[in-house]
Amino acid sequence: MAALKKSFQLKSRDFMHAGEASISVQNMLKQIGIEPALIRRVAICAYEGEMNAVTHGENGNFRIEVNTDKIILDISDEGPGIEDIEKAMEKGFSTATEEYREMGFGAGMGLPNMETNSDRMDIESEKGQGTRVVMRFSLSPGSRKNET
Amino acid sequence: MKTQDLIDRFGLTAAAGKDGTDREIAGGYCGDLLSEVMANAPIGCVWMTIQVHQNIVAVAVLREMAAIVLAMDNQPDPETCEKADREKIPILLYSGTSYELAGKLYGAGIVNKTAGE
Ligand SMILES: Nc1ncnc2c1ncn2[C@@H]1O[C@H](COP(=O)(O)OP(=O)(O)OP(=O)(O)O)[C@@H](O)[C@H]1O
Ligand SMILES: [Mg+2]
Repeated sequence: MAALKKSFQLKSRDFMHAGEASISVQNMLKQIGIEPALIRRVAICAYEGEMNAVTHGENGNFRIEVNTDKIILDISDEGPGIEDIEKAMEKGFSTATEEYREMGFGAGMGLPNMETNSDRMDIESEKGQGTRVVMRFSLSPGSRKNET
Repeated sequence: MKTQDLIDRFGLTAAAGKDGTDREIAGGYCGDLLSEVMANAPIGCVWMTIQVHQNIVAVAVLREMAAIVLAMDNQPDPETCEKADREKIPILLYSGTSYELAGKLYGAGIVNKTAGE
């Protein structure tokens, strides 16, 4: 079975389009018959990753790949990077500005949500070097029902 | 109860997303921090919030919500309405508090099963 791939460019602070990549992924997974519980987990991870790239990053790139045995979400950006990943992973830690908090961001729950809802998450980031977050979700046999 | 019944019964006004009012309501949630709502709001719920920015629409779509309610006469941003129309997510306005509306919903039998289900 061929892998399904899709990618999206994410523009920093572009709230007109922020969320569209995640919604498109949600629709794609519905179309190929992935089970609803898994789609919901992927949707949370996609949303949080997309929003982090849009709010904290620059020149984001959002990629999804669906294989026979797993879904991979790979979200990277060329923004300021994360100085202390361990700290960033703490529930409640956020550097969101007042402006972002007024829009509803800044709970410091994005990265924790991504970790909880993926089967595996790897973050590569360095101050000044951008950020890459890769999340994997295992697919049980037959969970891609309506293959194309 | 469907979203349209909620509108009729409790005197809400649909500011946008009127094409999506035939969905069944599966629960309720109050929250203003988007990531917190994303993690905890039940699928199919009515979401009561003070947020009016267009970001709320993506959260509602991804969480498969029945509707968003802005209480205390809060008004959605124009971009929020455009997106809500496109995604068929009803944005409902309520003049009272979220607390009051949540009580009414609960009294009408809209209770959450388990978070996230
Ligand atoms: N792509 C990124 N580039 C730079 N910094 C990031 C990136 N993603 C996360 N961070 C840093 O990690 C912190 C925690 O991220 P997390 O997503 O958990 O919370 P948040 O984005 O601040 O708030 P929330 O996601 O709850 O709205 C951020 O405040 C930011 O400092
Ligand atoms: Mg975040």
